Amino acid sequence: MKKLINSPENVVKDALAGIALAHPELEVHYDPDFIVRAGAPFQGKVGIISGGGSGHEPMHGGFVGKGMLDAACPGAIFTSPVPDQMLAATKAVDGGAGVLHIVKNYTGDVMNFEMAAELASAEGIQVASVVTNDDVAVKDSLYTAGRRGVGVTVLLEKIAGAAAESGADLAEVTRIAQKVNSLGRSMGMALTSCVVPHAGKPTFDLPEDEIEIGIGIHGEPGRRRIKITNAAEITEMLVTPILEDLPFKSGDTVLAFVNGMGGTPLIELYVVYNELAKILKGHNITIGRNLVGNYITSLEMAGCSITLLRLDDELTKLWDAPVRTPALRWGL
Amino acid sequence: MQITAEHVIRFLEGVAATIKEHRDELTQLDSPIGDADHGINLDRGFTAVLAKLPTVADKDIGTILKTTGMTLVSTVGGASGPLYGTAFLRAGMALADRYELNEGEIVAALDAALEGIISRGKANRGDKTMVDAIAPGIDALKEAMANGADFVTAVRQAVAATEAGMKATIPLVALKGRASYLGDRSIGHQDPGATSSFYIAQVLLKTVESIG
Repeated sequence: MKKLINSPENVVKDALAGIALAHPELEVHYDPDFIVRAGAPFQGKVGIISGGGSGHEPMHGGFVGKGMLDAACPGAIFTSPVPDQMLAATKAVDGGAGVLHIVKNYTGDVMNFEMAAELASAEGIQVASVVTNDDVAVKDSLYTAGRRGVGVTVLLEKIAGAAAESGADLAEVTRIAQKVNSLGRSMGMALTSCVVPHAGKPTFDLPEDEIEIGIGIHGEPGRRRIKITNAAEITEMLVTPILEDLPFKSGDTVLAFVNGMGGTPLIELYVVYNELAKILKGHNITIGRNLVGNYITSLEMAGCSITLLRLDDELTKLWDAPVRTPALRWGL
Repeated sequence: MQITAEHVIRFLEGVAATIKEHRDELTQLDSPIGDADHGINLDRGFTAVLAKLPTVADKDIGTILKTTGMTLVSTVGGASGPLYGTAFLRAGMALADRYELNEGEIVAALDAALEGIISRGKANRGDKTMVDAIAPGIDALKEAMANGADFVTAVRQAVAATEAGMKATIPLVALKGRASYLGDRSIGHQDPGATSSFYIAQVLLKTVESIG
């Protein structure tokens, strides 16, 4: 495998050191590891933390800053962080108005965050949790671990972060977060797998002429494998289940999010966006806002995911609110 | 048979060694139906446990196991950390203040461990998880003992049942964890968690054989 690392054992620690140096508005704590906004906690403001395995950068550490997350907990590559991390982060951002945990729906994340929330509550901190589960590729949630939390998590962190920054209380921030999760749907595909540093080889083999539809963000295979086809057809395969699932309707306004899995060049993401725009126009769905780029990745996996979020005035206003993080910055 | 704190330490050292030995295999198993980190994560956890053992070598068995559980929770992450961590924590709680165990107490601790895994992870038998290896193993242990087998023989039968349970996960559709996202594509692959449970069961047998 060819990677720009020093050793598999040190990838996360080396990256955290790099992040600390590159972004002086962030503080990196070690053992337990977490990234926190300099100046935290902010008295009277609801604190917001998230976390997950490393390997999805900029998620979540790149979203720490004014108007978004107050702290992020990075686990080992593709591995949920441990309760100690979330407990320490929760304490670090507790400004007396409670703390919201944003949790992606994966078995490990849910269990580790649950244990941390129990510990934090035991110490008298008010904790609310929101679990994201926007992935439509996982059909039957009764017979699975439930739908994965993917692209909508980025949008939720921004929107809930704005609500907290504006002074909303914990119940209100939680309500808004739940609303975003309920109105967003996502689907992803891969042209390649990815290489977990410790494993040294791709997590699964994908022949040169085949693609995976319905992937997650941890290098695992998707729901089905098909022969490669053009961007127009691929985009259709992702968007159709998204539209049918909510369902999105004629006349809706959406935030259209085309996300790169990490290994796909921006030029291709814009090709996909063009196809997405055509499809939505055909359904009389207006794109009110958009986001294109690498925001929730899977190391060097080539591929993309699409997230659609139904917008109303409240969500649009919160999306537009100023934000200053390494990955998203406007209005500040 | 009397099991002492020293035997428990020996058992945990054996677990750390076997996990390290099977690290790549467990990671390989976790590739087609997971995210290729099961062996890596458990190895990290049990390496940390090894480092902690000297600090609890003179303590009661409950403390040794609880420390093991907490260390696993704090270092493994993923789903395995909370599940194995809770298992050892509950076993430790069942054996608080004990410095010597009889066979009945070992069974009670195993029951508590399994109950901890099920309450934390909410898996049922047949979901293609570690429960599918551990539960039949404990059943077989109890059945052998009820039939009058000596403890070593009973554990041997338990390990055989654990191995059978591990292999029986192969044709199952995963209903829990990351493998469940794959639907029918999870069929034909042995569950990594059931596999690591089997290797740990083998260490239990070796430990018991060395005493008895």
